[in-house]
Amino acid sequence: MSENMSGEEMTTFTKIPKQVEEVLEKCDLSTSRRNFLKSAGLLVVSLATGVANQAEGAAQAAQAAPGLYPDPNFRQLDSWIVIHENGTATFYVGKTDCGQGTGTAYRQMMSDELDIAYDKTSLIMGSTHVTVDQGGSGGSDGVQVDGWPMRRTAAEARRVLLELASKQLGVPVDQLAVSEGVITVKANPSRRVTYGELIGGKRFNVTLTGNNINATTGVAKVKDVQDLKIIGKSPQRYDIPAKVDGSLKWAADVKLPGMVHARNVKPPVAGAKMISIDEASVRDVPGFIRVVSKGNYVAVICEREEQAIRAARQLKVDWQKPAAPAFPTSEDLFKFMRAAKPTSSSDPNVEGNPDAALAGAAKVVEAEYDFPFQGHTAFSPAHALADPSNGQMTIYTNDMKSYGMRNGVAEFLKIPREQVRVVWMEGPQAYGRTAADDAGFEAAYLAKEVGRPVRMQWTRQEETAWDSKGPAFTFKMRGGLDARNNLVAFDYLAQAADYNHIGYNEQDTVLIAQLMGIRRATPASGGGDGPDDMYAIPNRRTAIQVVGMPMIWETPLRTGNLRDPNGPQVTFAAESFIDELAVAANADPVEFRLKLLAASTTDDPAFKRARSIAVIKAAAQTYGWDTRSSRKPLGAGNILTGRGIGYCFRGQTVIANIVEVDVNRRTGHVWVKRVVCAHDCGLVINPEGLRRTVEGGMLHALSRTLHEEVKFDTEKVTSVDWNSHPSLTHLDTPARIDVVIVNGDPNPNRPDLPHYGAGEASCKPLGAAVANAIYDATGVRLRRVPFRDARVLAALKSANVV
Amino acid sequence: MANVTLKVNGKTHTVDIDPSTPLLYILRNDLDLHGPRFGCGLGQCGACTVIINGVATRSCITPTSSVKSDITTLEGLSKDGALHPLQQAWIEEQVPQCGFCQNGQIMTAKALLDKTPKPTDAQIREGMARTLCRCMTYYRIQAAIKRASQQIAGIEPASDKKEVVA
Repeated sequence: MSENMSGEEMTTFTKIPKQVEEVLEKCDLSTSRRNFLKSAGLLVVSLATGVANQAEGAAQAAQAAPGLYPDPNFRQLDSWIVIHENGTATFYVGKTDCGQGTGTAYRQMMSDELDIAYDKTSLIMGSTHVTVDQGGSGGSDGVQVDGWPMRRTAAEARRVLLELASKQLGVPVDQLAVSEGVITVKANPSRRVTYGELIGGKRFNVTLTGNNINATTGVAKVKDVQDLKIIGKSPQRYDIPAKVDGSLKWAADVKLPGMVHARNVKPPVAGAKMISIDEASVRDVPGFIRVVSKGNYVAVICEREEQAIRAARQLKVDWQKPAAPAFPTSEDLFKFMRAAKPTSSSDPNVEGNPDAALAGAAKVVEAEYDFPFQGHTAFSPAHALADPSNGQMTIYTNDMKSYGMRNGVAEFLKIPREQVRVVWMEGPQAYGRTAADDAGFEAAYLAKEVGRPVRMQWTRQEETAWDSKGPAFTFKMRGGLDARNNLVAFDYLAQAADYNHIGYNEQDTVLIAQLMGIRRATPASGGGDGPDDMYAIPNRRTAIQVVGMPMIWETPLRTGNLRDPNGPQVTFAAESFIDELAVAANADPVEFRLKLLAASTTDDPAFKRARSIAVIKAAAQTYGWDTRSSRKPLGAGNILTGRGIGYCFRGQTVIANIVEVDVNRRTGHVWVKRVVCAHDCGLVINPEGLRRTVEGGMLHALSRTLHEEVKFDTEKVTSVDWNSHPSLTHLDTPARIDVVIVNGDPNPNRPDLPHYGAGEASCKPLGAAVANAIYDATGVRLRRVPFRDARVLAALKSANVV
Repeated sequence: MANVTLKVNGKTHTVDIDPSTPLLYILRNDLDLHGPRFGCGLGQCGACTVIINGVATRSCITPTSSVKSDITTLEGLSKDGALHPLQQAWIEEQVPQCGFCQNGQIMTAKALLDKTPKPTDAQIREGMARTLCRCMTYYRIQAAIKRASQQIAGIEPASDKKEVVA
C-alpha cells in the first residue's frame, strides 16, 4: 500500500521537498487565504453551525493582519481537511513523528472517519503556520488524545459531504451510502457523486466548536468500533519507501540560496567563563565569515561545512575554569545523591500504616537501587536551518515540538511570533527533550546576526556530552511479608537528580540562553515518580525527593524528558524489588504478582487492574512459563540461563515483559536472547506499526539496561562518542521477540477500549525483567544499571558464582 | 581548493574543493546525494556508508582525495527504477523507525551480501555489528537481510507472521 508522496519532488529554488513548499504556501495570507476570503460564489454550506462563517472568516483575517504567519484556526474544518478535485484528500495535523509511524496511524483514523480509501489521502504534520497547534509530539498521547479531534473533524467532513450530496442528488441523507469517497443512492447505486465532484478544490467553510483544540468537534459522531474499516489494519508506513531509496529530504538536507554553516565552540569544562577570543586564529580558514559570541556562547560561521568544522577546531578561546567543581564524578554520584539535602520532597503518599506493618512483619526485605544519568544521544547530532529572509524567521527542524520552538524563538529573539514559522521535517529519533530544541534557537540567533540562512550542526561529541539527560535516581525500599508470605507493607523512597529540569523550547532554558547568562527566576523543581502498578498492598508509603547537582546552569547534566521520563528508572527498581520479595516468599514471580493484583476487587473505569492480570497471563503463556521460585541450584557450564518478568502501566496502557538471558560466568556478558511482550493499549490503530514501535521501545530499554551511562569527572562529561558511550548493537539483538497484542477489556457492553498511547510504555519494564532473569540464572541481584560485562563479572565474583 | 573528479553512481562529477575534505560533505553538499548521512564524523556509527570497490566505506572519515574508484551511494542501489532486493525487503519488513541510520544498515548489508550471498545468522550479526541504530531496529534489519538473501537466491521468503492476539 505504498504510494508516491510528492515529497520526492524538489523545487529548484529552495531544494526543499515540493510537498513542504506547498505547505508553506497553503496558508500564506497574501495569497490563498486572502483570495479565499475575497472570492465570491464559493460553496456555501447550509448548516446550523455555518451561520457564523463569514464573521469568523473576517475575524480571522483581522487577527491575522499584523503578522505573516497567522495561527491556523482549529475551529475551521478547512484547517484540518482539504479535498482535491481528483477526489484525494490532504489531512493537516499539529503532530510530528519521532519514528513510530504515527503519521500513518493519523491517516488511518481520518481516512476511516471520512470514508475515503487510505491510498487516496496524504498527511501534513507539524509546521506551525499550516497545521493547527496540537503541540507536536510528546507523552505518547498522539493517538490517545490528539487522535480524537482528528477523528471528529473527519467525521464532520463526511457528514457535510453527505448533506451536499443529498442536495445535489435530491435524496435524503438516510437514503445515501458512502464508500471510499463515493456517495451513492442506496436504491439506485448508478446515481452517484464523488467527494471530489462535491467539494474538490473548494473550502468546507464550516465552523467547529470546542473550548480547546482537544475538544474540537463538529456535529457528527465518530464511528462505533464495529464500523471501523481502516483502523485495526496494517497499511505499510507511507514514509518508509523514501527512507530506504535515499529520496527523502530530511531537515538535515534543506539547502537555501546564500546559506552558510555554523558550528558551536562549547566551553571545555562546565561553567567555564569565556575571557577572550583570538579571532586571528581562524582568519586564514577559507570561507571564514564570523565568530559570533555573547557571554559564554561562541560559534563560528563559514561558507562551507568543512570550513566551519575546521574553524571551530582551530579557534583559540581563553576560558576560565569555575572555582568549584560542577558535580561529583559519575562514580561518586549515588553517594553524593544519598547525602544531599533534597531541593524538594513531596508529601509521601501513605496507605494504611507501613511502619507498624513492617514492625510486625515476619520477614522484612530491604534494598537500594541506582540508575545513572542517561542521554538521548540522538543518532544524528542536533541540527537546524534558520532563514531570516524578508525580516521573518523560518526554521527547518526535526524538533518534535515545533510549536514550542516557534514561541520560544520569537521570545528569545524578541520578534513577533507571527513573523516566525517552524517547518517540521523528518529527523533522527526525538525521544523527548533532545538538543534539537537548542540547535533551532542557535541557528535562529546566528541567522539574525549574519542576515543569511544559517545551518547549525552539532558534533557527535557535543551531542553526547551536552544534550539533555534523563535524571539519575537512587531508591531505597523496604517490604514486609507476613507469616504466610503475603506482602503486607511496601515502603518506597526515590531520589531523582532532576533539579532545574528543562522543558521544551523555553527561551530561558535552552543552552544558548544559559550560556549567555539568562536565568529564570525560579529553577523548575523537577520530580520523580512512584511505581506504576496495580498491586493491592494494604500498607504502603511512596516518597519522592529531588536533589540538585552543585552546578545547575550551563551544565551538560541538564535534565529533561527522555522517553518516559522516569519510568525506566522507577520500574527497574520497583519491579526488581517485587522480585526480591517473591524470592523471599519462595514464590513464583508471576504467581506472586498475580496474587497481588487479584487481592483487590475494585477496578477503575479503564479496567487497568483486570487488564494487568491479562497481560501478565498472556506473557507467561506465550513464553511457556513454568511455575517455580527463582531459588534454585546454580546450573553447570559457563553459560547460565534464567528468565525474569517485569510489569507496569503507563497511563492506561498496561504491559508485561518476560525475557530469557544467557549469562557468561567467565566474562560477565549478558545476552538477552528472548523477549516476550504482552501489551494492551486499547484499540490498536495499526497492529504491525504497534509491534515495531514496541520492539524498538524494548530494545532501547535494553540498551539503557546493558550499556548506557553518562560518565563524568568533576568538570565535564567524559562519555562523548560511541566508544566511550556504548549503545546496543546487532550482536546484542535477541534471537526471538514476540509481541502479543492483548485486549483485556472485560466490559461486555463495549467491544473495545479507546485507543491509548503506545509510544513509551514498552521502555519501562524491560530493565527489571533483565535483572530478574540474571538473578534467576545466577542467584546474583544487580541493583545498579547498566549491566556491562565488568560490573556483572565483579558481582558474580563477589558471590562466588565464577 | 582544487578540481577533483569523482564517479558516483555511474555519473562523473568534477568539483572545486579542498581535496582533504571528507567525502561525506562533498557527496551531501556539492553533489546533493543525501543517502549518506552525518551521524558521528568519527567512523563509529555507519550512517555515512558508501560502497567503494565493493567495500562498505565510512565516507565521514575518507578524504575525498583518497578516493580513486567508483562510488555507490544509496541512491545508486536501484536499477532501472527497480529497488534493490534489500530495499524491497526493508519495505516488506517495515524496518525503519526514524530511519536516519538506515543508509548505513542497507549499504553495509549490500556489501555483506555481495561477499556472502547466504549469510548465517551469526555472519549477519558479525557483519553488521559496527553499524548502529538508536531506534534499535536491529531485529527487523536482520530479518530483512535474510529475506533479501533468499530473494536474491530465488527462494520465496517465508512469511514472517508474528501476529498473536490474545
